[in-house]
Amino acid sequence: MTMATEKDINEQIAWAKINTDVLRSMENPRPAYWVTVAVCLAMISVAVFAEYIQYTMGMGYANLNNPHMWDLYIATFVFWIGMSHSGTLLSAILHLMHADWRKPIYRFAEAMTTFSLMTAGLFPIIHLGRVWNMYWVLPYVSDRGVWPNFRSPLAWDAFAISTYLSASMLFLFIGMIPDLAICRDNAKGWRKKLYTVLSLGWEGNDRQWRHFRKTYLLMACFLIPLAVSVHSIVSADFAMAIMPGWHVTTFPPYFVAGALYSGCAAIITLFVLLRYFFRFEEYMTLPIMEKTAKLTFAIAMVWTYLNLVEFSSVWYGHNMYDKELLIAKATGPYAPIFWSMIIFGSVLPFTLAFRSLRRHMPTMFVVSILLNVGMFFERWMIVAPTLSLAHEPHQWDVMWGSVVEWGIVFGSFGWFGLLFLIFVKVFPSVSMYEVKEMVFHRQRSTGEEDLIRMTDHRRPAAETAGGEELK
Amino acid sequence: MSKHRLLALFSDFEEAHAAIADIRRNEVPGVTVDDVTMKSPIEHPEVEEVLGDRPVHIPKFTLFGAIFGVTFGFLFLSGAQATFLVQPQGGKPVIPLPSNFVLMYEMLIFFAVWLTFFSFLFLSGLFKKRSALYSEKVSLDQVGIMLELDDAHTGPIKELFQKHKVLEIREEVVQ
Repeated sequence: MTMATEKDINEQIAWAKINTDVLRSMENPRPAYWVTVAVCLAMISVAVFAEYIQYTMGMGYANLNNPHMWDLYIATFVFWIGMSHSGTLLSAILHLMHADWRKPIYRFAEAMTTFSLMTAGLFPIIHLGRVWNMYWVLPYVSDRGVWPNFRSPLAWDAFAISTYLSASMLFLFIGMIPDLAICRDNAKGWRKKLYTVLSLGWEGNDRQWRHFRKTYLLMACFLIPLAVSVHSIVSADFAMAIMPGWHVTTFPPYFVAGALYSGCAAIITLFVLLRYFFRFEEYMTLPIMEKTAKLTFAIAMVWTYLNLVEFSSVWYGHNMYDKELLIAKATGPYAPIFWSMIIFGSVLPFTLAFRSLRRHMPTMFVVSILLNVGMFFERWMIVAPTLSLAHEPHQWDVMWGSVVEWGIVFGSFGWFGLLFLIFVKVFPSVSMYEVKEMVFHRQRSTGEEDLIRMTDHRRPAAETAGGEELK
Repeated sequence: MSKHRLLALFSDFEEAHAAIADIRRNEVPGVTVDDVTMKSPIEHPEVEEVLGDRPVHIPKFTLFGAIFGVTFGFLFLSGAQATFLVQPQGGKPVIPLPSNFVLMYEMLIFFAVWLTFFSFLFLSGLFKKRSALYSEKVSLDQVGIMLELDDAHTGPIKELFQKHKVLEIREEVVQ
């Protein structure tokens, strides 16, 4: 007895239709797209106003003062770095594993990586206060009397993030070249000029494809260790400090798992939005959503496990400061945020275990946003409680962030959203040539399976392994 | 004798593959598989069975980038740190290897990735003016076989393509 499985994509879809559908999406989105653009612009204007106040009136308006030198800005920085992880990392891993269901969704996930990193990069600059000195974050040797400390994880951050940003952008760009050639062949006006330049004269000959395949494979191989190193280094910003709650051995894997988790949740959010905005129901299908949701669930469980490891290490480690901090997180003024983190991050993912919920787009949209709210709380709960309850009792304090700080954090979501929405309007958010590859190879394998089945039917049942099933 | 360039368009990859296989079997004397360029809307690694091994040198550049990155990383960091002697080190080494390894690792990847990218740009024949025979159908759903050959061979090769259900043959005189 054979069980029919739902296909990731309609294998009979015509290649010309794939081109038409994706190219049309860049011209003609639903009105909701423009509404979202307007919302993003409004959010950015809030952040610009808040930054103007902070710039002209001083950092006091962000409530950043001893001991709270780091607060929401750094938590948000870690959040955006984390968000950037799934796109490129998962795309690279799934590419190496030949998981072809990634093909309709990897493009926007990689774009998400790039724009998340660009958003994250703003926060150290905003956090500096003196934004005109922002080039000081770059670790270069100079005569200005500032000695870059290459032992500091903050200097490592600058190296790691700039490497990751440039590598992710290259990975995204290289993967787009064949599609840019399709756009070039079909566009008019300014778009034609843009795509002609960006497609670099791609013709699709066997030499180009051969080099393309090797390049993409090599890039994927480098991006996986790079992505892991970036978030490990970000975790070192905390783990290298001898502060309660930060000096934890499991921080690097904990950060990497958290990053993958929030990135996967963001992929689901953007999946639902793009599917609706651009009428991509035939490409961003329910089986692909199911696979993404299952992956998110698995990573959520890893993150939960690492949380338990951290809590139990602190509990049984009997370090007075660490234990007090853990108890304070669970029962003190930050308790509502802490428990929200646990509920959103560890309990809510169980909704992804239900098939009917995984296939319901509005539910997935809401769940994915709440998962990311949980992950934002996680980053906040890493930064704020430690600084509130460090070694010196006279410095104990509770920090909720000022309106200015929250305004800038709020606006960063608009900034990310706007960059992303512009990208998907100008560039194809579904990889046309790879969807064609997916269809081509699946049609072929279906044909081969049919042939084997027909051949097996002609043989006597005794010769056929599993012959009972075929009857 | 004039040289001709042909572009034959096929709707079916299998037919294009079979046509190249016929050329490989010398079914048209004087035309070899080395004269063939296949153009396709998607990647077809299986065509290498008939086109033969054509080298890709990108990994050599990647390796060079990686070695350069890690070496440059060490020299850059230790060179910078060596100028910090005036700064009190508090008994720590002037050139601390463990933290430098982290940055050397990043630089290894940085240069390897960029060298891979640049070698791809230059080795894959991009930045060339597209041939007058370029067909937009190749980026849509058809497979093209491009050949440069003498006048005398155009007739037999067209017959071969017809045998494999070619949709269209475009031709230009090169010289």
